[in-house]
Amino acid sequence: MTSRIKFADISAGSRIPEKDIALRRLDVLRYCGACGDFAAPHWSDRISRSVGLPGVIAHGTLTMAGAVRAVTDWAGDPGALVSYRVRGLSLPVAVPDDDAGAALRISGAVEEKLEGNLASVRLTVEWGGQSVMFGARAVVRLA
Amino acid sequence: MALNRDFVGRIHRPADVYEVSREKIREFAIATGDLHPAYFDPEAAGELGYPDVIAPPSFAFMLYFRFGGWPLYDPGFGKKKEPVCLLRAQEITHARPIRPGDLLTQSSTVNYMRDVGPHEQWQSTHEIATVDGEHVCTVVNTMISRGTAATGAGQ
Repeated sequence: MTSRIKFADISAGSRIPEKDIALRRLDVLRYCGACGDFAAPHWSDRISRSVGLPGVIAHGTLTMAGAVRAVTDWAGDPGALVSYRVRGLSLPVAVPDDDAGAALRISGAVEEKLEGNLASVRLTVEWGGQSVMFGARAVVRLA
Repeated sequence: MALNRDFVGRIHRPADVYEVSREKIREFAIATGDLHPAYFDPEAAGELGYPDVIAPPSFAFMLYFRFGGWPLYDPGFGKKKEPVCLLRAQEITHARPIRPGDLLTQSSTVNYMRDVGPHEQWQSTHEIATVDGEHVCTVVNTMISRGTAATGAGQ
């Protein structure tokens, strides 16, 4: 099992390990099926571009799920995630029709230690040097 | 082509019950690219103190589509084929992880609808509970309908 982080061992400002993920067309397609969200911008370049989007885009919730793994993998227990909020999915992540996909870099740091062994972690997600969301915060219960 | 603002304050509580299975948890975890063993292996989940495998944290949002994507896909809401609606913000709060065998219901309400520049924005809260009334999770979605504000002037 992955090790668990102890509340006593962290402090505000502690960085969590960075995580790199790639979202490919296949990942978006698979998520369409698993989630039940078949909105056209997630599978059709034609329809997506016709409404002013940059081609097939990843679901905001798929990007969010990838981002929060930086926290749950760090904590070692995905069930320790108490809350997770993103205030703004500000930039749609276009997923190219190639083998590499869209490369996202997730980084984060402990923002605050809270009552009950809870820690809030501020997350940033970068794609091609641009931030794709703002106000991303996960609260986890630590050992 | 503005959306129907009479939806503000409405409550949607379908009679459907969603039965969580270990296979759906597995499928969903793989689809999110998250391969933590607690989703697949009861023993690994047990080492973390859970009675069975657990669902990934974002599993709860899947119920939004399972229960009809309300209000977005309600015929009276006014969404047209175009333009598209996108998730703008989300907050999920868990009382505990979802696990196999959970019999889940969802109650949804629209908190507000308003213009944001040329777009419309609304927020909905979705309370997920077991059939026995145990609160499991709360999902708050904020969505944007691109270019549908009636005046275009916004707020």
